[in-house]
Amino acid sequence: MAEPGRLTIYTRVLRAQIRSQAQYRLSFAFELFASMLTNALDIATVFVLFSVGGGLGGFGAREVLLMAALSAASFATADLTMGNVDNLRVYIRRGVFDSLLLRPLSALGQLMAVTFALRRVGRAVLGLTLYTVALCVADIDWDIPRLLFAIVVPFTGAAFFCSLFVAGATVAFWWIESGEVANAFTYGGRDFTSYPSNMYGGWFRDLFTLGLGFGFVAYFPALALTGQPDPLGVPGWLHWCSPLVTLAAMCLAAVFWRFGVRHYRSTGS
Amino acid sequence: MIISARGLRKDFTVNRKVGRFRRERHVVSAVDGVDLSVERGEMLGYIGPNGAGKSTTLKMLTGVLTPSGGEVTVCGLAPVAKRTTLARRIGVVFGQRSQLWWDLPLAESFSLLRHIYRVPDSDHAARLKMCSQLLALDEFIETPVRQLSLGQRMRGELTAALLHGPEVLFLDEPTIGLDVLSKQAVRDFLAGVATRGDTTVVLTTHDLADIEKLCRRLVVIDHGRVVHDGTVDELHARYRSRRVIVADLDTPWPDGLTLPGADVTSVTADGHRVTLALDGATAGEVVAALAGAVPLRDLSVQEPEIEDVIAKLYRS
Repeated sequence: MAEPGRLTIYTRVLRAQIRSQAQYRLSFAFELFASMLTNALDIATVFVLFSVGGGLGGFGAREVLLMAALSAASFATADLTMGNVDNLRVYIRRGVFDSLLLRPLSALGQLMAVTFALRRVGRAVLGLTLYTVALCVADIDWDIPRLLFAIVVPFTGAAFFCSLFVAGATVAFWWIESGEVANAFTYGGRDFTSYPSNMYGGWFRDLFTLGLGFGFVAYFPALALTGQPDPLGVPGWLHWCSPLVTLAAMCLAAVFWRFGVRHYRSTGS
Repeated sequence: MIISARGLRKDFTVNRKVGRFRRERHVVSAVDGVDLSVERGEMLGYIGPNGAGKSTTLKMLTGVLTPSGGEVTVCGLAPVAKRTTLARRIGVVFGQRSQLWWDLPLAESFSLLRHIYRVPDSDHAARLKMCSQLLALDEFIETPVRQLSLGQRMRGELTAALLHGPEVLFLDEPTIGLDVLSKQAVRDFLAGVATRGDTTVVLTTHDLADIEKLCRRLVVIDHGRVVHDGTVDELHARYRSRRVIVADLDTPWPDGLTLPGADVTSVTADGHRVTLALDGATAGEVVAALAGAVPLRDLSVQEPEIEDVIAKLYRS
């Protein structure tokens, strides 16, 4: 008998989680409804943005849409897969995290599986659809590198947000009452990346765009795809570096996580 | 040696409020230099008062917590560094933590665990069959875990911990909160595991009856240190707890009568009931001497209460 792959095992745990959630039908229906309502509002925001005149920070409406859509697609995909890992603090408090550590699987993988929220699938689909529309509308000189880049970049953006979610969740290892501190960076980061980075001002812009790398989620990739120069003067080759920046973010998040697990204190008996 | 710990320590830093804003950092040692070696097939009782460091020790042995100091191996592995490898070779029941899927039927949890631990189908089926017979799981195996009674859930947890055939079974308070019948079922089951002899069991408990029924070896921990490591009998010998003979008599106990090798500890019911603590003599010798000296009506021999000994230990 062939040994089942790791992925199959996680898939099984994930399916069990979905079955568990489906046990509470009414609650699931309500959450799905609420999530769809949020999605509708998200779309409305985009349309409002356009009706105001479209242009922001010296960019035309189509570029702005591309940035907003890329940001939405990245964040929604990340939110679907890891958006609930900040529940770690609840799991630590209730001692559920102990149980995860007692199983022969990666603790982070299990945490992802047990916090997976199926109701967010709609938002991810919507984000990716919006992104496809924005790509069609935008003024892009298509060639092979751009096509590949356009396919890859929502997922590197998603991985970037996932790294943020994980890094934010690890705060709970030291500070169980961490509350929503990490959300300043995750949800704040989503809002930051929805608009052209050059419209923000001063040190705040530099810190978030380059220092924390948020410019590499939607702003620089959109510039790379449309072939426009950066008003801030960041060289063109750097616009293509989102995958590398994401890789660095993932490594950092992994280091945070490992360090956090080693310092895990557990609670009570 | 399947478990070995030398100088095992776990320190926690605690912030304590001083005044309105200032806080002081204190280092508290939950486990303070524990040495422990357990041979394969042993059944070990690990006891101590609340906060003595029992659970913390267990969490370090299972790879949940990183020790602050000392060395520890379980199944020859360093628990934290080799956590996932070790997880396949040990089973854990934490009375307050569940390994089961709350909203799914017990049977589904078992089948998920089979995949997670990659247990061959036939082995899984055989172990599950054995556990369901011994623990009478059949009547509730299709019920979602959240609807099970505590006793039923605990029987489920025990099964879940044993399905992958662990070499060591760690039990933290497995009988806490259970009714008498469920306690009995759990104890009988564990006694069975012990007599089969291929699984090493480490058990923490507050219920000393668990220890008396199950464990030959007893490790008592207090303030993070081992204060006793030996058999139950050795504990009694060390703290001079003695077996007691209670005799009912037809005529009152004569004043000043003594028996060799036994102390009269009380005379009650107008002298018709006498209690003797054995001190050197065997129960048989004392009973024979007693029958020769006074008209006996009824008699019972009581084992020393382990709880009394432990209470003495904690107080000292």
